[in-house]
Amino acid sequence: MSESSTNSFASIGVIRGPLLLRLRRTVRLGVKSLWLHKLRSLLTALGIVFGVCSVIAMLAIGEGASYAAQEEIKTLGSQNIILRSVKPPEEQKVSEKGSQSYVLQYGLTYLDIQRIRSTIPGVTVVVPGRIMREYVWNISRRVDSEIMGTVPWYPEMRNHHVARGRFFSDKEMEDKANVCVLGAGMVKGLFPLESPLGKDVRVGGDYYEVIGVMEPAGKGATTEETGDNAKAAAERMFIPLETAKTRYGEILRKVRSGSFEQERVQLHEVTVKVATPEQVIPVADAIKEVMERNHKKKDYDIIVPLELLKRAERTKEIFNIVLGSIAAISLIVGGIGIMNIMLASVTERTREIGIRRALGAKRRDIITQFLVETVMLSGAGGVIGVLLGVTIPWFVSHFAGMKTIITFWSPVVAFTISGIVGVVFGIYPAMRAAQMDPVEALRHE
Amino acid sequence: MPTQIVQFDQVCKFYQMGLVTVEALRGVSFDIHAGEYVSIMGPSGCGKSTLLNLLGCLDRPTSGQYRLGGDDVSQMNDDTLSAVRGARLGFIFQSYNLIQQLTVVENIEVPLYYQGRPEEESRALAARYAERVGLGNRLTHKPFELSGGQQQRVAIARALVNDPLVILADEPTGNLDSISGVEILKIFDDLHEQGKTIILVTHDENVSRHARRSIRLRDGEVESDVRL
Ligand SMILES: Nc1ncnc2c1ncn2[C@@H]1O[C@H](COP(=O)(O)OP(=O)(O)OP(=O)(O)O)[C@@H](O)[C@H]1O
Ligand SMILES: [Mg+2]
Repeated sequence: MSESSTNSFASIGVIRGPLLLRLRRTVRLGVKSLWLHKLRSLLTALGIVFGVCSVIAMLAIGEGASYAAQEEIKTLGSQNIILRSVKPPEEQKVSEKGSQSYVLQYGLTYLDIQRIRSTIPGVTVVVPGRIMREYVWNISRRVDSEIMGTVPWYPEMRNHHVARGRFFSDKEMEDKANVCVLGAGMVKGLFPLESPLGKDVRVGGDYYEVIGVMEPAGKGATTEETGDNAKAAAERMFIPLETAKTRYGEILRKVRSGSFEQERVQLHEVTVKVATPEQVIPVADAIKEVMERNHKKKDYDIIVPLELLKRAERTKEIFNIVLGSIAAISLIVGGIGIMNIMLASVTERTREIGIRRALGAKRRDIITQFLVETVMLSGAGGVIGVLLGVTIPWFVSHFAGMKTIITFWSPVVAFTISGIVGVVFGIYPAMRAAQMDPVEALRHE
Repeated sequence: MPTQIVQFDQVCKFYQMGLVTVEALRGVSFDIHAGEYVSIMGPSGCGKSTLLNLLGCLDRPTSGQYRLGGDDVSQMNDDTLSAVRGARLGFIFQSYNLIQQLTVVENIEVPLYYQGRPEEESRALAARYAERVGLGNRLTHKPFELSGGQQQRVAIARALVNDPLVILADEPTGNLDSISGVEILKIFDDLHEQGKTIILVTHDENVSRHARRSIRLRDGEVESDVRL
């Protein structure tokens, strides 16, 4: 008997079951201890719940918003540069004074296009457009619409295609044919029962044959408007630019708060396409220069979708950094809450620790026990947080109509972090528990 | 020749309190054989608890040697001492020291849990020991649902479940009324009859009388060691 060495004791402690089985028992034990103080456990986990939930929800909403913004910009075409006529502010004031014979002249001209085409290399196509606001009629049905005179290659350039029928051809353009392509939203208002193809619609005194219907555009089609909001809501109908020129001339009449307003605008919108994305910025600069030289007033606006896209991406980056910091702070706060409670719990359970140590628990058994409890708390908080974080964006998109995107990794990362928080903030209380002297712990009241 | 289970050889325990050294135990020597029922007595502050902590491997002596079941445990590291406690010792405390959130059977299981015994086996064993102390119908009760005497019986079952070399009891009847106390002492007598080794610390002469040997301490030294 006296021959048996100290090694025999080492082996005594080593007949342990498989790790997973042991962990399962530790987890069950942890559940019991946490269950003993249900409310306290719940409140403690709440910090993590809110942290995780807000991370996922905010990421989803942010991701959705930036996706929508980027899609809008993409429909403008990342290789495009868009020029628009803008009524100069000082002219606006003059016109408001309302002398009826006054004709306001501003905006892009056919000459501008020619200059751009001839002086700037790398410009491939130019899509000019005139925009008129008119009612479009089918017998007694009426739709408030924007009539856009444009060129046959508009669909390809703006990445906005015909859904049914066809767009007008070069020949129809040359012939100033009375043909039109309806915006997707106009069909319901004008031809609720039949197919519009081949039918005629009336605008003022002119009849146009419907040869096609556009696909519903990305939101881009409506946000293009720099003007009043009312305009933005209207659907577009497309007719050949040459037809528009002959039908409507150069002068537009608008009825505004009882008085007439006459404007002369040659082109409302011009889209310039550049061969490669790298050329977009230099060409845009060149166009700016040409325009500045030839327009005394700032009666035009240059929109570079690529720049907008880059700006949107930067905004998203900043947003993500801010969000990341908020998330980190809230998770740290949650972690501190957990640590605080665990420290209190360790003190409160000093006696239990002493008993367990007396009955054969090693330091690492005590560490495991408290660590498992902390990780379970934060893990449960993480699970609830993920569930909430996934449902909140769903509600937001259903009831607020905002687009939200939950990327696969956001719940995964948020949950993993909640687990890590549990370990990081649980390790100190667990060490405190394990470092206790068994004799002192047993004497603790 | 009876086997020596506990061998104390010139064991000292000093506590350093700032500049003052408190000599709680000053060279204590005795042997305890298998199957002995020993009581440790003495006035307050004489070092009984200190001695019991050393016997229970909860603490290490400042000097001297302590052999438990033939192995020198006086300089073992913390983890090994834990293993020794779990495998060779059974504790019974004055204030029962049950874990409140666990049921009767789960409390009895705790020493087996730390030895890594399989769950079903330890559950069955724990239930059997609960039966033995007369609590077979209380397996799923929580400690606060039991009387003091019943709680102490759970503690006894817990101290027996790992089949220890020595059972250490610190004032086991101190918190109990006389009837429950007698019940507990009856269990100790039975255990002694079955050949268990018991070391019991007490103030009470009546309790001490149940033991077959009495070690008296005074000022950290053995004053007398008599077999009855
Ligand atoms: N952790 C400690 N630190 C310093 N001194 C201690 C410590 N534990 C015990 N002592 C001292 O050692 C001496 C013996 O104490 P011990 O607790 O062993 O006495 P006891 O016989 O159990 O007394 P009681 O019957 O009152 O429980 C006492 O003088 C006590 O003050
Ligand atoms: Mg004492």
